[in-house]
Amino acid sequence: MRQGLKKGIDTLLKYNTIFIFLVLVFASSFVSNRFFSETNIFNLLRQVSGIGIISMGMLLVILTGGIDLSVGSILAVASVLSAYFLLSMPLWMSLVLTVFAGVLLGSVSGFLVSNRRIAPFVVTLAMMTIGRGLGYIISNGSPILVRESGASLKSFGSGYFFKIPGYFSGVPQPVVLMFSIFVIVFVVLRYTVFGRLVVAIGSNETAVKLSGVRVGVYKFLVYGISGALASIAGIISTSRTGVGSPIVGRGFELDAIAAVVIGGASLGGGRGTALNTLLGVFILGMIGNIMNLKNVPAYPQQVIKGLIIIFAVLLQGIERRGQS
Amino acid sequence: MLPADYSVEMVGITKEFGGVHALREVSFRVRPGEIHALVGENGAGKSTLMKILSGAYQKDEGVVRIEGKEVEISNPHSGRQLGIAIIYQEFALVPDLTVAENIYLDHLSSRGGIINKGRLYRQSEELIGGLGFDINPRKMVWQLSVAYQQVVEITKALSEEARILILDEPTAVLAPKEVKSLFEILRRLKEQGVSIVYISHRLEEVFEIADSVTVLKDGQVTGEGKTEQMKPDDVIRMMIGRKLTTMFPERELRIGEEILRVEGLNRGKEVRDVSFSVRAGEVLGIAGLVGSGRTETVRAIFAADKRDSGRIELCGKELQLKSPRESVRSGIGFVPEDRKGQGVILSMSVRENVTMPRLRSVMGWFGFIKKTKEQRITEELIKRLRIKARSTESAVTDLSGGNQQKVALAKWFGTDSSLIILDEPTRGVDVGAKVEIYNLINELAARGLGIIFISSETIEVIGICDRVVVMRQGAISDILDKEQLSEENIMRAAIGRSRSSAVDIRTSG
Repeated sequence: MRQGLKKGIDTLLKYNTIFIFLVLVFASSFVSNRFFSETNIFNLLRQVSGIGIISMGMLLVILTGGIDLSVGSILAVASVLSAYFLLSMPLWMSLVLTVFAGVLLGSVSGFLVSNRRIAPFVVTLAMMTIGRGLGYIISNGSPILVRESGASLKSFGSGYFFKIPGYFSGVPQPVVLMFSIFVIVFVVLRYTVFGRLVVAIGSNETAVKLSGVRVGVYKFLVYGISGALASIAGIISTSRTGVGSPIVGRGFELDAIAAVVIGGASLGGGRGTALNTLLGVFILGMIGNIMNLKNVPAYPQQVIKGLIIIFAVLLQGIERRGQS
Repeated sequence: MLPADYSVEMVGITKEFGGVHALREVSFRVRPGEIHALVGENGAGKSTLMKILSGAYQKDEGVVRIEGKEVEISNPHSGRQLGIAIIYQEFALVPDLTVAENIYLDHLSSRGGIINKGRLYRQSEELIGGLGFDINPRKMVWQLSVAYQQVVEITKALSEEARILILDEPTAVLAPKEVKSLFEILRRLKEQGVSIVYISHRLEEVFEIADSVTVLKDGQVTGEGKTEQMKPDDVIRMMIGRKLTTMFPERELRIGEEILRVEGLNRGKEVRDVSFSVRAGEVLGIAGLVGSGRTETVRAIFAADKRDSGRIELCGKELQLKSPRESVRSGIGFVPEDRKGQGVILSMSVRENVTMPRLRSVMGWFGFIKKTKEQRITEELIKRLRIKARSTESAVTDLSGGNQQKVALAKWFGTDSSLIILDEPTRGVDVGAKVEIYNLINELAARGLGIIFISSETIEVIGICDRVVVMRQGAISDILDKEQLSEENIMRAAIGRSRSSAVDIRTSG
């Protein structure tokens, strides 16, 4: 009996992210009967899709033991660029160029971290400022409207997949994109050499290097990927609002880091999974959602959000101490 | 009251670490105002004994008397109150504070939290001057040379009214000129009645500075006496005299072509003009004291550190290795000294660890890992190296030290390496696992690989190596063939005495 209880608690602590997630889902349905409505769920998912996509890149960076503070700014640059390119280019070309720009900005961080060995925090902090500034420069400080030629981009922002007329209004396209990226990152981390090495580098970089692995290459790549994903989130932002804005994405880096941490990843690297990070994103999203439904004012919302982050991390602390 | 016969008297000291005796009934006595050398091989128990005296460790059994009075030194603080100060190899100074602030760090006199700097500097100046040195107390510690930093350490100890000063390998970091001035300080302190315990394995120094000497081996005292009545050769014999056991399996020697040739390898002060070669089927030992440049040499060969100059040939081809990756690709395997920190990834599974250097061989399309193949390789390695793990999925951190080391070895088994470098592969593993590791080394050699084997245990080097390079202060001091291998010859070369004197003892004894 005692044994069983202890085992139960252990399991609970081990899967604490899922646990917190389920508790929140349960609590939310009690607090508001509107929570489980189709509209609300898809609204919620659509709201978190940007953070969700960014968090997947952030997870890869954090797994190697780094951090990427520049994602919010890269998102803004991408948002501005996608609208800007559309002024003179076809849709596909502007999207490709925008993502390329994201990769480029991420790669600069990646190069400085892996090749010049500057602390990731410092490098990406600088990139955060640079990115934000670039966004203002390109847009001249004001939002760029998406023109007629970008109508299909706008329809992507508000479009749906899997629509069954009369029965199911479909899944918002950004949400499908978020889930697709999650699945890719999940598979990469679990089944590929790249994923294995990303985790290994965060666990013990020296051991990996002495095994004959080019550690620098992988560290470089994760920042490039993070930049690419941030730019995709930027495109989604533009497609939803119809404007390329240099002010979007402010503070997104912190939300993404919070999601990864709530998902049980260690900021020291080597620990974390795609599924738990996705749950972390949902947990953050639900906290906001339910408080909005209950009309909790914005300021207390932030305090409560912070408290829940601390609570989640405390739970993990208990689990880790139990292991050692 | 009469002054006590001994300022330090430790009787019957026993200390165990997890069932292993680090010290067994050790007695150690220092007279007032003498310099007493404590010598022994790495791991003989010198540091443990001194940590007990200074309060860093607690003895399991035995009695400690200071100035004739029995005391319990339960922590470093109570050690300091008894006037015992220990100065470690790595200094405990704060580089960004001034000399004076460092000297008085533990007892900065202040009024209302404000430090009276003027007085601080004046007092420091007096203390340093009293030692016969001229160091500006306003200087930052990082601006000083290593020797002067040591002077600051000693001054700090004296400012706390230390009567018993313990120096752990104080000359390891000093240049010859600095050693001279250190010895002057020590002599002056001796005249002032301070008792000094001098830990070292440099025998020339011991015989130059010390009045008496105590020799430790495997946690027991094997000899003591006045230095005037002893000869360095006696001390060497006390340091190493033990029997070869039957731990070392026989191996059929089939030495072939030259695999590795190193010429004029240099890296900083740690590796100076090192040249040697390893042949197929040969186990080449690198012996030497800790800090003699063994690890630095192999790290430079493996390109884990950049080398300043030198030529490296593998199987007759010159290599321009610039990274561990290139070394691995050219066929060099490396099991580093720090198993947990560098050899394995503790949090990952046995499977993920052993395939780390050969991920290419289990990689399929789009970089996916061929799980079944990886599983098979891992199972074979577990069987072949007899790794005791519940499954291929056990985390390495859950294995015993010996099995963790086997995982580090397994990484290079079955790869197409032609040279494997093992840095202290048996450190911290139990005797059973040691023998198994020796067998594995023999197996690799028998298959025609070249092996470089670094160890601090002389006996092991003799038991397993076909030829031994002995290093001292970053350079090769001797290369011994199989017939010349003896603990005496290795120790002699390691501490810098010529091999010829060994012959002298034999003919005279």
